[in-house]
Amino acid sequence: MYTAEREMTENVLRISNVNTRKCMKCGKCSGACPAFDKMDIHPHQFVSMVEKGDIEGLMNSKTLWSCLSCFACVERCPRNVEPAKLIEAVRLSVIRKQGENRLKADDIPVLLDDELPQQAIVSAFRKFSK
Amino acid sequence: MQKIGVFVCWCGSNIAATVDVKAVVDAVSHEPGVVYATDYQYMCSEGGQSQIRQAIKDFGLTGIVVCSCSPRMHESTFRKTAISAGLNPYMVEIANIREQCSWIHKDREDATEKAIILARTAVAKLNLNRPLTPGESPVVKRALVIGGGIAGIQSALDIAEAGYEVDIVEKSPTIGGKMAQLDKTFPTLDCAACILTPKMVDAASNENINLYTYSEVEDVSGFVGNFTVKIRKKARSINADICSGCGVCTEKCPSRKAKDEFNMGLSNRGAIYIPFAQAIPNVPVIDREQCIKFKTGKCGLCEMNCPAGAIDFKQQDELVERQYGAIIVATGFKPISLENFDEFSYSQCPDVITSLELERIMNAAGPTKGKLLRPSDNTPPRTMVFVQCVGSRDTSGCGKTYCSKICCMYTAKHAMLIKEKYPDIDVHVFYIDVRTPGKNFDEFYRRAVEEYGVNYIKGMVGKVAERNGKLLVQGSDLLADDQIIIEADMVVLATAIEPDESARNLATMLTASIDTNDFFTEAHPKLRPVESPTAGVYLSGVCQGPKDIPETVAQASAAAAKVIGLLAKDKLRSNPCVASSNEMLCNGCSTCENVCPYGAISYVSKEIRSAGKMEVRRVAEVNEAICQGCGACTVVCPSGAMDLKGFTNKQIMAEVDAICR
Repeated sequence: MYTAEREMTENVLRISNVNTRKCMKCGKCSGACPAFDKMDIHPHQFVSMVEKGDIEGLMNSKTLWSCLSCFACVERCPRNVEPAKLIEAVRLSVIRKQGENRLKADDIPVLLDDELPQQAIVSAFRKFSK
Repeated sequence: MQKIGVFVCWCGSNIAATVDVKAVVDAVSHEPGVVYATDYQYMCSEGGQSQIRQAIKDFGLTGIVVCSCSPRMHESTFRKTAISAGLNPYMVEIANIREQCSWIHKDREDATEKAIILARTAVAKLNLNRPLTPGESPVVKRALVIGGGIAGIQSALDIAEAGYEVDIVEKSPTIGGKMAQLDKTFPTLDCAACILTPKMVDAASNENINLYTYSEVEDVSGFVGNFTVKIRKKARSINADICSGCGVCTEKCPSRKAKDEFNMGLSNRGAIYIPFAQAIPNVPVIDREQCIKFKTGKCGLCEMNCPAGAIDFKQQDELVERQYGAIIVATGFKPISLENFDEFSYSQCPDVITSLELERIMNAAGPTKGKLLRPSDNTPPRTMVFVQCVGSRDTSGCGKTYCSKICCMYTAKHAMLIKEKYPDIDVHVFYIDVRTPGKNFDEFYRRAVEEYGVNYIKGMVGKVAERNGKLLVQGSDLLADDQIIIEADMVVLATAIEPDESARNLATMLTASIDTNDFFTEAHPKLRPVESPTAGVYLSGVCQGPKDIPETVAQASAAAAKVIGLLAKDKLRSNPCVASSNEMLCNGCSTCENVCPYGAISYVSKEIRSAGKMEVRRVAEVNEAICQGCGACTVVCPSGAMDLKGFTNKQIMAEVDAICR
């Protein structure tokens, strides 16, 4: 594994506090997932790709944005691997990388419209300013 | 002054890789009393032992220290070496520099320093050792088997065959255990009843075997060769001596609400019942919580109809106390509760069943007379799904961390039997791994796939939900990287097994150890697999770990062989490391008597000469045959009169001094 790859993997493991080595590849996560059909990388594959260090591939996957965070996989995993936490960690890695397109306070007035809930702006501001 | 030889073992690289054995030899050779020190690659080998024997002769050694593995491993080996060279076996000390040093340390310098300390500690103790001679205790030539399943029955039959008397204590009304509930057995598919019931009859008719059914062990005291066991014979409310087993009472009983345990709750039974047709003894029992007579005082139909007049509503529990030389634990298993696995809808859908329930449904004597029917509506299923590893290999806290071992094979058996009888039924099996090590086992599983067309799907079921009378089984097919939904009529869960709930309490009574899962621990996982670490207590069957019937029977016979070996002896050599009281110091306070767990201490009045005068004093006396050398009395004795031979207070202090030096 290259240094950059390793760093990204370690970062994901640190954020999620998941030990991918505990996985025994039973596939119960993918058997339980209600969003399975919307995903290009399925929960059990997600775990093994983190283990292999392919975070780049995961950051570009549809799965990040189709996972409902319903935690069915976490609840039912017999080995306590917690795949949803890994997905969230990669999601955060994507968000935190977007330093260049950071939302600035000055940009907000343009975005304001009556339909948009104020909370959406607050959370967008919070997410993109990290 | 002792003449001590020190022998440092390398244990191949086990010790030598972490401990500088030469440095240990060097350091210890300057210790007081040491006249000879050496090292060798494998001290326990014949070469090592002959070096020890030679050194004892050449240097006239009065004691030896072996720095090696745990004394549990080879203390007896080196004691025998000492005996063969004419040395008292209790002049041997072991310094454990493997388990307690090399295996747990990485730093060579630290480990070497610790090994030296352990070695000199052993030397310090040995300087104060005195030769000891073991006493003898008699052996009661009768064995107790706790649990009357196939394990207990096989052990009892083998012991009885060797000519010794043996009692079986079984808590349920009949012997037979879980095997009696099974339909067919893998990998030969012979019917369980056909091979078990003859053994049950053999056990009942063997004059050396005595059955205590519907009975439980209440208390165990004593020690190897001489256990005293209290057995509670629960009241059957039937006079078994005159009951003919005609079964009229069970037909007349108007109470029909109780779940039939033998049929896994899939049918009801009367309050007075015989668990199954081939039950032994063929004597009914009244379930007092269900019986209308016991609940309301009115009824008594069974009593009126009994042609033998055997019903006895006033019968009381009976306590029996007996002596045994050896005890075999054969308490078996039960499937785990599925309350943590709501995703499989076991508690909501009657058509989601456990494998043991399926055994009853498939059994000709079962609730459906052997016809495969859905419990919900008694219709035949068209699609069946089996789910493996339900609660096994689960580290999430919901199930058991271990593999239950038998599920892969019985699931293949179920799938095959169903395909054989009903070829039109689609059978799917979700598996994580198929584990079939065993004679003809993998061939058996492959037959299910290749000859019978059972569909094995690598993956796990995530969810089972009922819709319009069908069970929607959602699971993953990992090899196709797909999520599939199967519309099934029945779902069978290969439920993990765990030790029977009586195991924990029994382990306490027997002072036998159990592991975190409540399985009984063996004395050595490889070399003493059927003995418990507690002398005289042996293990048979699933109480020691998950196993199938062939393995259980093999272990049962192995345990029986060990018991026969014990009972064949007229006397046992007892451990000479027992307590002794110095009557000149004893103040007669009784503290030791109160604390002794074995009842080995009693007080006597004795005439003692003190300061030139004779006076009568009350002093403690130890029964060496009963004392187990635990040392509790030496700790509590306020006047320092109690001491443990082989582990005297002086020796312990010398060890502490050597460590702190």
